[in-house]
Amino acid sequence: MYKRILVANRGEIALRVIRACRELGVETVAIFSEADRGSAYLELVDEAYCVGPPKSAHSYLKIDQVISAAEVGNVEAIHPGYGFLAENAHFNEVCRSCNIDFIGPTPEAMNLLGDKNHARALAREVKVPVVPGSEGLVDDEAAAIQVAHEIGFPVLVKATAGGGGKGMRIASNDLALKSAFSQARAEAQAAFGNAGVYLEKFIERPRHIEVQIIADNHGTVVYLWERDCSTQRRHQKLIEETPAPNLPDRVRLEMCECAVRLVKRANYTNAGTVEFIVDQDNNFYFIEVNARIQVEHPVTEMTTGIDLIKSQILVASGEPLPFKQKNVKVTGCSIECRINAENPKANFQPCPGVIRRLITPGGPGVRWDSHVHQGYNVPPFYDSMIGKLIVHQPTRAEAITCMQRALAELRVEGIHTTVPFHAKVLAHTDFVDGWVDTSFVERAFFAQPL
Amino acid sequence: MSDSDTGPDDVFDVDRIRRLVELMEQHDLREVDLRQAEQRIRLCRGAEMVYASPVAPPALATPSSPPASAAPAAAAPAPPPAEVVEEHMVIVRSPMVGTFYARPNPNADPFVKIGDMVAPETTVCIIEAMKVFNEIPAETRGKIVAVLVDDEEPVDHGRPLFKIDTRAS
Repeated sequence: MYKRILVANRGEIALRVIRACRELGVETVAIFSEADRGSAYLELVDEAYCVGPPKSAHSYLKIDQVISAAEVGNVEAIHPGYGFLAENAHFNEVCRSCNIDFIGPTPEAMNLLGDKNHARALAREVKVPVVPGSEGLVDDEAAAIQVAHEIGFPVLVKATAGGGGKGMRIASNDLALKSAFSQARAEAQAAFGNAGVYLEKFIERPRHIEVQIIADNHGTVVYLWERDCSTQRRHQKLIEETPAPNLPDRVRLEMCECAVRLVKRANYTNAGTVEFIVDQDNNFYFIEVNARIQVEHPVTEMTTGIDLIKSQILVASGEPLPFKQKNVKVTGCSIECRINAENPKANFQPCPGVIRRLITPGGPGVRWDSHVHQGYNVPPFYDSMIGKLIVHQPTRAEAITCMQRALAELRVEGIHTTVPFHAKVLAHTDFVDGWVDTSFVERAFFAQPL
Repeated sequence: MSDSDTGPDDVFDVDRIRRLVELMEQHDLREVDLRQAEQRIRLCRGAEMVYASPVAPPALATPSSPPASAAPAAAAPAPPPAEVVEEHMVIVRSPMVGTFYARPNPNADPFVKIGDMVAPETTVCIIEAMKVFNEIPAETRGKIVAVLVDDEEPVDHGRPLFKIDTRAS
């Protein structure tokens, strides 16, 4: 086990990793930008280093600063959290060359699966269904049109280096495809430095269902079942849950086994998530792999009883996973709401500012993962998530009731939050009945066709 | 840290802290960072740099040590980082995380000492990060009146290194 690790992140995930370390007896070194100086969670670490001014590009994303802090702080490993440098293969390599472990997959596995087009090719190799689409990258308009005619409109033009719901455009006919194609390439070049795009059939009303896996360095790969993340707004997840409602067990199991096959083929180790979309007939298709721990990992922790962050640290330090597939049992249902500092009545405009009053919910089956406290000044420089509210109950109906109860107890005054919006979503019959797809939020609340 | 009586040699001894605060005010120091064995205390005086609405002064010191500064930051958003403490005094701060070296090499004299005059392009120290030795310029004209870090001390972004009196010529 490591003696000391550096947490290369901020906010709630930094606190999450720090908590796991404190229980494992591992010393922690934190980094922070000038905007995060004085954050309460920094009082829990052994050493903390300021890595730059507020903007992420000049602080949390500055590889040289992060590595310097790791060296000065004398750590053996770095946990990258999610976002920031978590899926940066170059950073992963730099860590290695400085004799610092990266708590996550190898750079090779990261590169292999991080390129979405390569990941699709790998999936085909191990007979994991992929969304019908182009064989590889599409280099020109004529090729795009040909593929579109083969697979049928509507189609999605997707950036191979994209992710997190960015770099995608839909087209329903040749004309729309021509402009979507050139625009997508230009955007991809600007956003990701890689203009490569491929085509996929656009699946109507898809469900977003992902499988959590974890693999150690000794050949054991375990699936920890699935999460349904279909409740999204503009491709950003709002609510996640496990198990996926109204999904036949046979399909659930098949998806999990596909995830393991794919991950094994890529020699992937540590935690990761294999994303699928599921159509209205319960056919599932592989989309991409997220080679990192995810925001919504707590719902899986609640139903399996497995601490995913501790497992990541254990695996990275070379220890075998303390459980095999047959030991993994799930109980009940868990739901997570991502609470953002945004005003749902003003087009979800971000609301940085001081939290004048904070009352957090509690009671059986309620978990609040957050770095904020009363008096905390939500900075304007980072994503707007201030906390994750998670519940766990024996049935889905009880989980929804519990979440409504917890949301009503959660008081955040001084800034706007998405709490009232979550309450509305959870009360909607489509959600209660468990028939939610990725277009649900837009259709039900914003009357926008996707 | 024990909560029984602290001795005069303990960083957290109240009398010592009181003296430190007096010294800070006397010499117009903004930050003092002390380490003794496993103990560490950092005292920050005055309003910290803020970039958005009011924020409470940070405390990297352990919770049981009395804060040197109790005044909260001003209500209006402050301008970008001001290097000026009093009008004529400028603090040179570390731009990066690394190790501070006062000398160009172990056998040489320090780059600068108290009383030296510097120009904006004068190298005042080296900060080593990832095996690269970065020469740090004064960026100000004036006289070195304080050296705020020890040789070979780890520093991070924003750490005060030197104090320069720009009135001097």
